[in-house]
This record gives sequence, C-alpha cells and structure tokens, in this order.
Amino acid sequence: AWASYMTNSPTLIVMIGLPARGKTYVSKKLTRYLNWIGVPTKVFNLGVYRREAVKSYKSYDFFRHDNKEAMEIRRRCALVALEDVKAYLLEECGQIAVRLFWAQQGLKLVLIQGRGVSSLKRASFSRPQVFFVESVCDDPEVIAANILEVKVSSPDYPERDRENVMDDFLKRIECYKVTYQPLDPDEYDKDLSFIKVINVGQRFLVNRVQDYIQSKIVYYLMNIHVQPRTIYLCRHGESEYNLVGKIGGDSGLSPRGKQFAQALKKFIEEQEIVDLKVWTSQLKRTIQTAESLGVTYEQWKILNEIDAGVCEEMTYAEIEAKYPEEFAMRDQEKYLYRYPGGESYQDLVQRLEPVIMELERQGNVLVISHQAVMRCLLAYFLDKSADELPYLRCPLHTILKLTPVAYGCKVETITLNVEAVNTHRDKPSLNSPPASQTPVRMRRNSFTPRASADTVKRPRHYSVGSKPLDLLGPLPSLE
Amino acid sequence: PARELTQNPLHKTWEPYDNGLPAGHSAQRGVCMTNCPTLIVMVGLPARGKTYISKKLTRYLNWIGVPTKEFNVGQYRRALVKKYKSFEFFLPDNEEGLKIRKQCALAALNDVRQYLSEENGHVAVFDATNTTRERRETIYKFGEENGYKTFFVESVCVDPEVIAANIVQVKLGSPDYVDCSNDEATEDFMKRIECYKNSYETLDETFDKDLSYIKIMDVGRSYLVNRVMDHIQSRIVYYLMNIHVTPRSIYLCRHGESELNLKGRIGGDPGLSVRGKEFAKSLAQFINEQNIKDLKVWTSQMKRTIQTAEALGVPYEQWKVLNEIDAGVCEEMTYEEIQENYPLEFALRDQDKYRYRYPKGESYEDLVQRLEPVIMELERQENVLVICHQAVMRCLLAYFLDKPAEQLPYLKCPLHTVLKLTPVAYG
Repeated sequence: AWASYMTNSPTLIVMIGLPARGKTYVSKKLTRYLNWIGVPTKVFNLGVYRREAVKSYKSYDFFRHDNKEAMEIRRRCALVALEDVKAYLLEECGQIAVRLFWAQQGLKLVLIQGRGVSSLKRASFSRPQVFFVESVCDDPEVIAANILEVKVSSPDYPERDRENVMDDFLKRIECYKVTYQPLDPDEYDKDLSFIKVINVGQRFLVNRVQDYIQSKIVYYLMNIHVQPRTIYLCRHGESEYNLVGKIGGDSGLSPRGKQFAQALKKFIEEQEIVDLKVWTSQLKRTIQTAESLGVTYEQWKILNEIDAGVCEEMTYAEIEAKYPEEFAMRDQEKYLYRYPGGESYQDLVQRLEPVIMELERQGNVLVISHQAVMRCLLAYFLDKSADELPYLRCPLHTILKLTPVAYGCKVETITLNVEAVNTHRDKPSLNSPPASQTPVRMRRNSFTPRASADTVKRPRHYSVGSKPLDLLGPLPSLE
Repeated sequence: PARELTQNPLHKTWEPYDNGLPAGHSAQRGVCMTNCPTLIVMVGLPARGKTYISKKLTRYLNWIGVPTKEFNVGQYRRALVKKYKSFEFFLPDNEEGLKIRKQCALAALNDVRQYLSEENGHVAVFDATNTTRERRETIYKFGEENGYKTFFVESVCVDPEVIAANIVQVKLGSPDYVDCSNDEATEDFMKRIECYKNSYETLDETFDKDLSYIKIMDVGRSYLVNRVMDHIQSRIVYYLMNIHVTPRSIYLCRHGESELNLKGRIGGDPGLSVRGKEFAKSLAQFINEQNIKDLKVWTSQMKRTIQTAEALGVPYEQWKVLNEIDAGVCEEMTYEEIQENYPLEFALRDQDKYRYRYPKGESYEDLVQRLEPVIMELERQENVLVICHQAVMRCLLAYFLDKPAEQLPYLKCPLHTVLKLTPVAYG
C-alpha cells in the first residue's frame, strides 16, 4: 500500500486519559482512518479484556486504587493484552496497534523504569515506535455529554437507569483522579513522543514527532471534531453514457438525470440543512447536477471518477471483447487492479485522502460524485475493508445520509423516486485462473519491481501497461 | 431551469453561463482555502528563525496557489534609518529608536492592508519580534478592523548553540553589519537580543487562550497549537510541523534519454535509449562519488525513471504522483503533430502554459496539487534523489527556488543534468 512502506517499524499508539475523555472514540476513528489509507491497524481495548475477566460488573468500587484484588485483575488483563499486541505486530504483520489504557494504572505497567519501553523489550520483539495520545478535558459539560452518549449504553450498565449510571461513572472517574499523572512535557516525559489533546481539540501539545506516520496521526487528530453534523453522499444524475452502458468519459445528464437533479434540489430544501457546503467533481455530470440546486458549490478535480485508461468510454461488453485478460483480472482483484494508463481503487483512495481530511474539518456537506469515488468515501465512513470496498452498493439517484453517532456512523438510504439504469456489477463466481498467470498485484507497477519488462506498443492515448513480468525469465539487461 | 454549462477552452473546466458569457459566481473552481484574508504574525526574540519561517511559509503558500507576501519590519527600518550604528538603537529607553520602530511597524501594516484588501492577496506574513502583548493587541485589532483572521507563529528557543548558528548563518551577512568584523557583529547582536528580553511576553496558555497560534519550541522539538480556525491555518500548522533545519541536500534529475525523446514524442511509457542507459551508469558513479549519507531515491511509476534508478543498485521508492504530466489526447505525439491535429490547443497552451490543461489530461496547476505530498515528504526527509520528468521537475524546482507560476513551465530542466539543492540561509 502506498502509505505502508512509509513506516519501517511497527508503531504502538498508547491512549492515555481519565474515563469519558474520548479515548475509545479517538482509538476507533484513528484505526478506521489508518486502515483506510492502507496502514493495517488494530485496537486493543483493555476495558474489553477486563469485562472478560470479571464477568459481572458491580460498581465503581472495582476501580478504587486501594482495591488490591481488582488491581491484580487489571494488571493481569494488561499483560494478556500486551501479548495480543505482540502477536498482532509480529504474526499478523500489523503496523500499528492502538492501545487503550485506563488512566495511570496501565501506564505504570508498560512504562516501568524510566518511562521507557523496557517492558516491551522484555517481551522481546523488535522495538516498536511508541506514540502516546493523551486526552485531557476539564469542561464538565463535555464530560457529561460523553458519559451520556457512550457510557449509558455500555455493557457495564445493562439494567440501570440514566441517573444511577451517571452517578456511578462520575465516582469511577474520581477513583482514577487520585493517581492520574498527566504527561509532563517539561520534565519527566520530555523525551517521549506524544500529542496531548486538550478540551476536544481546542488546544494541542505535540512533542518529538519521530516519523511520517506520527506526523499523519497528529494532522488527522488536529482536523477531526465532534460537532454534530451530517454528510450526504450521492452520485451525479443518470448520464447519457450510463444509458448506453459506457464507463468514464465526460457526458452530460440524461433527461432522467435532470429529473433527479430537480428532485435532489427539493430534497435538500426539505432537509433544511444549516450552512450546507456542496462539492462536485470537475466532470460535467456532477456539475450539472449541482447547478440545479441553485446554491454555491466547489469543484474538486480529485473527486473525478476513477480513470479507466484505455477502457474509457467503452462498455463492459466491449472491454471483455477487446481486453479479455484485463477484464478477468479486474474481477479477481478489483481493489488493486489498475486500468492500463488509468487508476486502481487503491490509487483512488490515495487521491481522495485530502477530501476525507477536509470532510473531517467541515460541518454539513453534500458530496456529488461518482460510483467508484463514492464507494471509497463510504468505505471510510463505514469502516469497510479493501475487499468489500469495490462492491459497495452506490446506485444512481440514491442519497446516503451519514450521521456520526457514538463510536460510528448511522446511514440512512434515501431513494428519490426517479428511475435510472443499474451500474452495479457484483463479483462474479470465478473459475480458477490459469496457472501461468501472475498474481494481479504484480502487473501494474503498484509495487517496487526489481526490473521492468518491455512495453508492448499499443494504439492508444495512454501507455502505462506491459506484459506480465516473466519472473522465470532473464531480467532485461541495461547493456 | 438549470443554467447551461460551457467548457473553458484553456483549463477545460465546466462553467455556467448566462447569455453567452461565463456566469462565474456560484461555481468555484478550486477548494476554498479561506473565506477571508489571513494575517500571520511572527513572534519571538531575534535570531529565533522568524524570518526563516516567514520566507519558507510564504514560498510554500505561493507554490500551492495561495497568494502570500511577507512584510519584514526590519527592512522598513533599514529603509528609514539609512545607516545602522549599534545595538543602542534597540535599547528600551531610546525614545528616538522606539518612535522610528513604531513608525516602521505601522508602515508595514499599511502595506499589509493594501496587499490583502486591494491587491487580492490572501495571506500576509508580518515578520517582526512582536514580543509584547501591547504590540500584539495593536496588530490583532488591526486585523479585526479590516476583517482578517489573525494567526500567531511564535518561535521559542533557549539553546545557545542554535542561536549562535543562526547568527553566523544570517546575521553576519546582514546589511546592518556590512562594515563590521564577525566578532564585532556577533557581540553587537547578542546585546541587541538582550534589549528585547526584559519586555518579552511569550504567548500564554491562559492569557492568550482565545487567540489562534502555534508555538514552536526548540526548532521543532515540540509544538503548542491553539484554536486552529480554518483550512489554511490547519495546512500552515501541518507544514510548520514537518519542516526541519538539519543540513541536507536534495538532488533532482530527469530519467535518462528515452526512446520517445529520440523521436521527439511527448509522454508515453518508453524505455531508455542507449544514451539514456549510459546516463544511468554515470549517475550511479556520480552518486557514489558524492558519498551521501542515508540517501533516499524516489522515482515515478514510469519505466524510464525506474530503469534509471535500477542502475544505481540501491533501494528506491516508486511514487505514482511523480508520473509525468498527462498529455491526454496528445500523448505520444510530436509537437508538430499536435499543432497539425489540434491547432487551437497548441495555441492555447502557449497563451497560459501554467493553467492550460490537455484535453483529458492535466495542467501544470494540476501537477502542483498532485505533487504537494511529495514536497511535504521532501521537507520531512534529509538526503533525497528524485528521478522524475521534465514538467514534474519544473514544479519541484519552482518550489525550492521560489519561482512564480508564470515562470514555472519554462524552467530549464535538460536531460542528463542533475540539480543539487542545498538549503542555505533563507533560500
């Protein structure tokens, strides 16, 4: 993946903070973002381990710092979690493990002796880069809102009513406050790499960022916010090319597509959205759709549909007839497959990253884009894997309304009653590929080859594309 | 009924039009970076890198397409007080000196207003010490009155070695010290710094909690970021957090001569010609001789740059975003063929080469947006060799040498030539 070779050693992100400071929220969001840009990441939540160990939660007494029995249980949970982290980093080739700690108990455990990674050294695996993310909050309203939003529905409180939950949880927080030692950038922790997020992003303290991935994490954390807002995703109205089954190109809207644009306008008006931003691509069909809304919109070239290279403006039948091997390969590995002279879904994700970053910064936004683009954006919001991404359903004339809620995203599908063609292709049931065929990912220069094969001359406009690397044959010499 | 769309012949974007004329106002072509002009205010004692940061930030913002200009109050002072005598000018009780310095600051602010409000500038960088709350209040009020967003950038450094190095790099050669020996200059400058220390009020977490700012500590060891307001401030913070001052060199070159180069054809994905392969070997030799520590090598994902890198025998990274500009329908044509088959396109390209987008292809302007992550990563890295293509190299070079958009597409980047860039002083 384009981002993953940027990180040479694994990274361990350690979350720090009192309860109800947004640690789980940030862990999950960060993990979702990193996985989407291609950096394999996993969350290890100590609360989950604790709940496994202690089947029924009684009360906040468990968290009292003088409750020796409970402390022992929590210490052992942390060790088990540590073993799992090690397994993930070593065996599952994960690059980043995001680890969730309760206040300071866990912190003391991992950072014994000089606040270093000595306990990780004892666990004897290649030393990961450790990056701390601390969430500090002194605004009681924010804390109360967090508790209501996520803790009330936590497995710890199955039967109680709201007031008791709030009360118990606030007492739980008090237990931690006794021993909480925030990161100290001036003295004790000045050699650690960390970001301290203060009051949900109002202020940040960043110390000793070591590498590319830490810099990306900091940038991401500085751009996200928790204000309620809604994101609307939809495609352009049905286009002339859609009607004849041609992919790509830059055609205008069909009559039904224009109807959709009108229906979209009505829908947006009915939603009564405050300060809605509208974004389109620079292709005619999305712009025409936006024009009908009668509001200001921004055109982003990077929202353009996936570039199908030599296959632009062909139908799937024509592609299958003219480039049968390409056609078959695409069905085998749709995420990694790059059209000759064009792009892959993986390229698209890289291209769309600034859009995601800006969506995180913004409030209410309507993005009018294209099928492949919408699939990539949707996969980010709904945490879909690379395997699922190219098959997500994004039909024409349908709006997806996304609302952030608790740790995830609520999706509402709204079909405006305007007929359109179906442009979705499911993954076909595959025959096994011929034995001589090299795996898809080795064909399109999306990795680092040790040598280049000769280009076959083709009568077309674009030219990246070549015969499969003949790994068993001689490398072309430079002589 | 929706307005009709017309495609702009130069940059190929679709624009609504009324009565045959472009309507413009409700369709913006790019990302809105900022709704109102931004005033960046540098803060810090002398020799803390304020001018270095101002110039670098200005260069970066202009390159990504945000019209930016820096205003160095020291230069205004030099224009007013023809001959610098000594540090005594900066003594806190020097009435005459204080009067002149305030006058200069106001003159600079006046020029800022002209640039942001009358000349379509988007960002102004106000480069002065601005070490007192009083001065910062004045500037903040100025920003409010004129509808600018104010963002403070403070550089705090107590490491005497860093300060000494700064003085050597940029102060000794200053016009202020043209008639002094190095020792005299250094001594005077250290006393100049002392003049500011007593009245220095650093940005404070409590007192300044409602201001937007970034505080850079010890040349980037740590940062304090407060209340980032919009997209441009977020980009500025990200940039400032990625730059460093460790000495290093960046090598830029094109792939060796390609088979299509020989035929005068643009674009495509050809391999190296015989001479191109020779260049690759010479490049390997050159790189060896340079004896560069921990050199990273980057190529595009096109065969000709990869073949060139292969000759070096070292690991290299392939970046798709380093691919040559996409010439769309003109790919693999000669310029004569383009002129014959697409005479209008050919003419348009010469009219505005920076913004001209090939049909179904890209423009230099698109290329710059595509290359921004490369620039960001080059800033983070140390010694790097980038083997790329003509248009791409022009864009990268324009960033490092601060060349404006009009000059960028005409920068000379011949084949078989390596450009070695080493940061020095302010450039």
